[in-house]
Amino acid sequence: MNMVNTPTPNLSTPPTQTGVPSHTGRPFDLGNKTVTDLNKVTPTVKLSAQDVHVYYDDTEAIKGISLDINQNEVIAFIGPSGCGKSTFLRTLNRMNDTIDSCRVTGKIIMDQQDIYDPSLDVVLLRAQVGMVFQKPNPFPKSIYENVAYGPKLHGLAKNKTDMDEIVENSLRRAGLWDEVKDRLKQPGTGLSGGQQQRLCIARTIAVSPEVILMDEPCSALDPIATAKVEELISELSTQYTIVIVTHSMQQAARVSTRTAYFHLGDLIEVDSTEKVFSTPSHHLTEAYITGRFG
Amino acid sequence: MSQPLTPATQKSAREAWRETVKGSLKRRNRKEMTFKMLGIAAVSISVFFVAMLFTSIISKGLPAFWQTKVTAPVYFDPAVIQISPRPVAQAGETPQALQQRDFAWQSELGMVDWPLLLENTLINAQPALEAQRSDLLALYSTDQRFRLRDMVIDDPNIIGKTVEMSLLADANIDVWLRGNIDRSLPDSQQQLSADIRKIADDLYARDLIQLQFSTEIFSNPDSRSAPASAGLAGAFMGSLYMMLIVIFVAVPLGVASAIYLEEFAPKNRITDLVEVNINNLAAVPSIVFGLLGAVIFINYFKMPLSAPLVGGLVLSLLTLPTVIIATRASLKAVPPSIRQAALGLGASKMQSVFHHTLPLAGPGILTGVIIGIAQAVGETAPLLLIGMSAFVASVPASPMDQATALPVQIYLWQGNELRNFFEARTSAAIMVLLALLLSLNGLAIWLRKKFETRW
Repeated sequence: MNMVNTPTPNLSTPPTQTGVPSHTGRPFDLGNKTVTDLNKVTPTVKLSAQDVHVYYDDTEAIKGISLDINQNEVIAFIGPSGCGKSTFLRTLNRMNDTIDSCRVTGKIIMDQQDIYDPSLDVVLLRAQVGMVFQKPNPFPKSIYENVAYGPKLHGLAKNKTDMDEIVENSLRRAGLWDEVKDRLKQPGTGLSGGQQQRLCIARTIAVSPEVILMDEPCSALDPIATAKVEELISELSTQYTIVIVTHSMQQAARVSTRTAYFHLGDLIEVDSTEKVFSTPSHHLTEAYITGRFG
Repeated sequence: MSQPLTPATQKSAREAWRETVKGSLKRRNRKEMTFKMLGIAAVSISVFFVAMLFTSIISKGLPAFWQTKVTAPVYFDPAVIQISPRPVAQAGETPQALQQRDFAWQSELGMVDWPLLLENTLINAQPALEAQRSDLLALYSTDQRFRLRDMVIDDPNIIGKTVEMSLLADANIDVWLRGNIDRSLPDSQQQLSADIRKIADDLYARDLIQLQFSTEIFSNPDSRSAPASAGLAGAFMGSLYMMLIVIFVAVPLGVASAIYLEEFAPKNRITDLVEVNINNLAAVPSIVFGLLGAVIFINYFKMPLSAPLVGGLVLSLLTLPTVIIATRASLKAVPPSIRQAALGLGASKMQSVFHHTLPLAGPGILTGVIIGIAQAVGETAPLLLIGMSAFVASVPASPMDQATALPVQIYLWQGNELRNFFEARTSAAIMVLLALLLSLNGLAIWLRKKFETRW
């Protein structure tokens, strides 16, 4: 991205929830979702980030973000490269802990508890908040073992029959069962890219998490595989809270109910997807979604 | 630029461009050719030297696996072997008392005139040798009389029987018959008297002395009194014990340190310092490790001199940096996405390492470890400083016994004063050591291939 010609935004401005519509076109297909659907039910907050800062050494990558993520919603994070959307996603299940130079301040409350509280076991957190990565990364083990690994770690299956059931259910929900049921003993790495990514999703839901984080899950997939994964995300949204980072605005528009726009470590705007893509409140959001930079 | 480009000027400009590129192309091709030639020359020279090394070692060492032996029926004459029957357990006798009587019986056996049997063997085969009886014993390697004694100890019923045997000839006879000494040298410069040389030639012509494949070089320990029977068994066992100690000390220590440093240790000044030191340790001359072993293990911990235990510990120290560096490199090569996948599912750090990273790094670690062990087995210098260059005439029964090692044995034999006999034996020992190292490396390659192709 080239930020040189962009006017410097006033970053101290809080994310605007309302504003003067400066753009009235509907460049993206929003399916049959409507804004009114969202306003009918009062959403339960699942994850609540409060003034979160993330530093890599001395560089501030996230500059104080506060954001509520509701139960059973699909929220998409969009923004130009390097805007901190992936970093913020990874704070939600503390994957940033694995980076030595990374430091997080602020609070992220899940079910009345701060997930950065030292008394909280990060293993438990990651079992509740699963993650699907940008590049499909199945273990170099069989398809069965890939899915069974998480439940085995947490002792979720009492016996072999239980485990078989978990594996089958997870693969079914990931829409992969019919394709792999005859070759469960074969290596997961032998599947196609799209199948591998759905296997990774199956592996994640096998642990029965409450939230699933997806970090550009389709960026390494072809359009057909992407369509399948997107379809899957829509189906999963009935049971899980899904947070998805994506580079594709079309994808955000297709799968999410709410969209958050990130810019240089700041959360610029968060609103219903319909609203963000049709009448964004902030000029940066508008510039991004109309393709003027990013 | 301002002139309008006519098709003609455009064409000529194009021609000039082509010529320029062509000219540079020629130069580039020539450079590439020269570099290729240099590469081929370098490889050829290396291959030539390696081939020369192997040809020289094999052509020198291979004959040492065959030795001259007196091949004749040996009569275990009851008139010569006059001994009481071997003691058997009596009622009410303690095992100690029986052992006492058995030792007495064995020393009685020591009194038997075994050399007489050896002389008789040749005279029985060639009665004309009776006149030169006093010269005959010089034909045999001096340990052969004990071989006859041990046969009787093993089975006293052999007395009175005739057994077809191949008895090792003396090292000097071997040298003489193979022509490894100049036959035209005057008597004063020959190791053997003229009479004995004549008898040896005569017996060789009659096939009573033959060149035969010799297992003694594999089964016997080193020997100075009977050089013909000097073997590698002691050194081989010494090397084997040290190898086992390296496997049980350096491998777990090295792999564990590498895992900790690579996967768990925080990156700070202390771990940086440790890392730099490990890399430096790999470059420390091996003899320094010998000195360290002498000071710490022998002087301070009072461990025995010349013992494979100490040798193994010193070699373990020497191998540690190699193992750590190889293991860290293999761990680094495992894609981080696998670690993240495991952590993302709620695996603890240790589970992610032991369930995923380590198995994937396994083949690489194994290769590094085996290369490290091979390096340790071929090491000589540190062993000299902890007394493992001593002459040891027995096969060590445990890592606490005195022993030497294969490379040290090579060093000892090549300095032996019986030059024209031990030259071949030295090369033979090198062949055994090389075979051991090559099979270790072969094992490393095989294991890596086997585990790499699993998926």
